[in-house]
Amino acid sequence: MILRSLMKGKILVGIMAGLILLFLPRIATEHITFVMLGVFGFTLAVLGFNFLFGYLGLLSLGHSLFFSLGAYTVAFSMRQSIFSMELIILITILVSGLVAILIGAICVRYTQIHFSILTFAFAMLFYSFLIKFYFVTGGDDGLRVLTPHLVGTNFADVPKMQFLLREYYYYTLTVTGLTTWVLWRIVKSPFGLTIRAIRNNQVKSEYLGISIWKYRWATFIISGIYTALGGALMAPVIGNVDPSLAHWFQSGSLILMTLLGGFAQFVGPVLGALIFTYLQDFLMSALHYWRFVFGALLAFVVIVAPEGIMGAIDSFLKKIKGGV
Amino acid sequence: MQKAAILNANDVSKSYKEFFALSEVTLEIREGEIVSIIGPNGAGKTTLINVLTGLFRPTAGTVYFKGQDIGGIGPQKLTKLGLARSFQLLQIFPEFTTLEFIKIAIVSRQGKGINLFSSLDKDKGLNGESEEIINMFGLYEKRNVLSANLPQGDKKLLDIASALALHPEVILLDEPTSGVSTSEKNRIMDILLSASQRTGVKSIVLVEHDMDIVFSFSDRIIALHQGRVLADCTPAELEKNEEVVCTVMGQKECFQTFDSLLNRESGERNRHDA
Repeated sequence: MILRSLMKGKILVGIMAGLILLFLPRIATEHITFVMLGVFGFTLAVLGFNFLFGYLGLLSLGHSLFFSLGAYTVAFSMRQSIFSMELIILITILVSGLVAILIGAICVRYTQIHFSILTFAFAMLFYSFLIKFYFVTGGDDGLRVLTPHLVGTNFADVPKMQFLLREYYYYTLTVTGLTTWVLWRIVKSPFGLTIRAIRNNQVKSEYLGISIWKYRWATFIISGIYTALGGALMAPVIGNVDPSLAHWFQSGSLILMTLLGGFAQFVGPVLGALIFTYLQDFLMSALHYWRFVFGALLAFVVIVAPEGIMGAIDSFLKKIKGGV
Repeated sequence: MQKAAILNANDVSKSYKEFFALSEVTLEIREGEIVSIIGPNGAGKTTLINVLTGLFRPTAGTVYFKGQDIGGIGPQKLTKLGLARSFQLLQIFPEFTTLEFIKIAIVSRQGKGINLFSSLDKDKGLNGESEEIINMFGLYEKRNVLSANLPQGDKKLLDIASALALHPEVILLDEPTSGVSTSEKNRIMDILLSASQRTGVKSIVLVEHDMDIVFSFSDRIIALHQGRVLADCTPAELEKNEEVVCTVMGQKECFQTFDSLLNRESGERNRHDA
């Protein structure tokens, strides 16, 4: 009974969230809608990160590599006069997939701190590459990102802000929604079960005939593609991609979002991305020492709710369920 | 009468620097047999298992499974060939429910793991088979309980059940009843033997400290001592060989075991023969 009403509750919350997202550009201020565009990008990035961390148990310190790779792919494509966002997304998947195949082949042979440090090293390499090879990458200044074409339509004569808050908002909402649904399917598939098994017990998994490193590799590739997609969606919003996207601080942000929202639940990182982005935006405009307050708040959450906000909600619901 | 050997070790030695954990061990496991491996601590049982399951490459000698050299091929490939094992020290997936625990074994056996988009919940064949296996092990009521929250005996059963869900030809059970109360021991053995039969297991290798279990369930007993095979015979033959029994089990346990052998009611023997 209670379980069913909980399920209904979850569906209700989902529908409510969907409705809010659908009408946000009409009911909210321009600023709130604009910040939401960032949340969409971070959602895919952090879902990709947590697919590797929460489900397989590998902590990447280098996902800023994929995030910036996605963003730079958009800028590079536009330099080649490719403006179709669908085509750019496809190119992003191919490029990030290829990079993840190569880097993953090396990284997934290691676990724990060794894996983390290796991913960190690759991200730093990419960061240096973006700065030093300025004739290709634009160096510190980065590259400009113009208005992309959506579904074959050119919006060059629409003011940039208006384009972002209307057409691009609904475009990214659709892309984020669809790709999130695909990842949800993967999590609930035999593949999802297998990588959870590997995280739970590697020895037992091997004795069940699972070839561990093949699954680690595949997970790494999917994870990299998702984080790159997040970066690609973000690029037109930022308008200018620069090496700071590849800095380890970005990897750190993804980790913080995940811990804030809760890595054990699928929607945890999404909630984390939402709260992180709006909180950062609010504090930056309200306080001079926003990093200080931000850090303290995050520390507080991790101490009070080590499982993240979703984890806290989950155990609270279980307590109600158990109490009745 | 004597069937073909399915798993055999020929003159296997395994040394760690100066120390020989196994020296020139030769044994074979034939189809349809339940073979127990016994020996005091440090006799080389664990090393032998690790060599037989392809985890360690023997320093000398060869290990063959179904005619294929399996020295050091590793657990994953060996499992695919049809040799499964359970563990002395519990190996579970703490966050998996009982049902998921069996599902992952079947998914692996069927090679479905790489299916990215098919739904786990809607796979009727998978659900049906998982429930059937759980039923065999008497865990159906606990199918949605997290395996971390199961009692010790059930965890052991689940470990074995998942190994059997792989449909192995040979299963190697490393102390399936250790750390379990005496009353549970026979229940576990009965369940796992009938389940083995139903899933088509050809041979069982049992590593066990409990001599009651060893003597009542084995077709053959292999006694190890200081890395060597001390005896390889039927339980009846071993019982008569007081010297071997004492060497293998040490003085103190030796008397206890003889006591229990003498006191054991004949009914228990007969149950196995039947």
